[in-house]
Amino acid sequence: MRESPAGGGARLLVVDDNKVNRLLLSRNLELLGHRVAAVENGRVALETLRREPFDLALLDIEMPEMDGFQVLEQIRGDLALRDVPVIVTSSLEGIDNVVRCIELGAEDYLPKPVNPVLLKARIGASLEKKRLRDQQKALVRRFAAPEVAQDLQQSGFALGGKRIRASVMFSDIRGFTTLAESQPPEETIELLNTYYTLMFDAIAGRGGIVSHMAGDGLMAIFGAPLPLPDHCDAAVRAALEMIEMMGLFNVERRGAGKPEIRIGIGIASGEMVAGYTGTNDRATYTCIGDTVNLASRLEAHTKVAGRVILIDAVTRAGLRATVVAYALGPLMVRGKTQAVDVFGIPVSEV
Amino acid sequence: MTQAAIDATTFEELKTTAGAEFVGELVDTFLAEAPMMLEELRASLAAGDAELFRRTAHSLKSNASTFGATALTGLARDLELGGLDPVRAAAGAPLDAIEREFTRVAQALADLKHA
Repeated sequence: MRESPAGGGARLLVVDDNKVNRLLLSRNLELLGHRVAAVENGRVALETLRREPFDLALLDIEMPEMDGFQVLEQIRGDLALRDVPVIVTSSLEGIDNVVRCIELGAEDYLPKPVNPVLLKARIGASLEKKRLRDQQKALVRRFAAPEVAQDLQQSGFALGGKRIRASVMFSDIRGFTTLAESQPPEETIELLNTYYTLMFDAIAGRGGIVSHMAGDGLMAIFGAPLPLPDHCDAAVRAALEMIEMMGLFNVERRGAGKPEIRIGIGIASGEMVAGYTGTNDRATYTCIGDTVNLASRLEAHTKVAGRVILIDAVTRAGLRATVVAYALGPLMVRGKTQAVDVFGIPVSEV
Repeated sequence: MTQAAIDATTFEELKTTAGAEFVGELVDTFLAEAPMMLEELRASLAAGDAELFRRTAHSLKSNASTFGATALTGLARDLELGGLDPVRAAAGAPLDAIEREFTRVAQALADLKHA
């Protein structure tokens, strides 16, 4: 493999078994200000793409060992590679071969010998499209949990849901309204950002995703969109970590002379429907069902019962032996017509 | 009048876009690689390896067109599309023809390089 010394520009991979073609294409790309690596067959091209990041690949079709069609197929089937745009450069005979390249996911087709002006235009357009796609992906990552972003990338977007077994957690800050009224809004925003950072960390650390944030409250799911074998245990352990983190946060707040923050957490487990709800233009990933309602009611009940973490019987049954839970007996929970068995998790608040 | 082995306009364009010095090196590379391709054509014909024959002719066609070697491009393209049978039927005559044309191209490229 030949590496060009020039810096700046995009990082491009040239794949061609013919030395003259390889040298000439690399030269033209370097003259456009790009950094170029060149390899001589499809197999090495895939190895190189899997090893190093590239902004774009220029691919010949007729090659020994692994031809360009096979490379296109492999790239399309590989999540890590399929966003790398590929421009096919070939002197292929027959329009059907060109069509095949496009159908296999090639971004564009440039006949050989490659016209440098056309090359510049096509590369510019492909790189711009890639930049926009990267930007979009970054946005999706910012506004959706990584697991949801991955699910969207793999399965695409479709409204509707599927039945799954999972644990749902609701959490909010006690007396948040009073707190928010007692300080400037800027300080509240800062407090919320710190709070969310700590909570996200504890939840993600146990394999959960935060599906909603509303003011001081959040909803997290353990077991969707990707299944989580120990979802009950994971949710409760995440809750314990959240309390522990709030404890540490309160040490700091006390030191700064600020009021402490208390939270309440409700967890319920069982069957629910998970998927995207909303419209085709604006949707969110969520779970719905009785289990979700129960988790929300349990969270609300923590205030009534004066407890920090409350869980339902299904979650209790899914806990490993090392986590202690005490029965609070069947309780009438607001919104439920029948009493439900509720369990508390003892916590040591700092 | 016989057609020029190298189309002057194509070759000049190549020099303008890629740089004269670089094109000199590229010519050297082609002159070193092409005889191997011609040998490969002979070898794949003898072995009856149609795929290798087609791919080699394709490669030669691609390089010939880069330098504006119009006639060589056409001969290589005929081999790529025609495959082994017509070459066998003509007792290898098309390979003799392409080798003769390459000799002409090689001479013209060497002259252009030093021009």
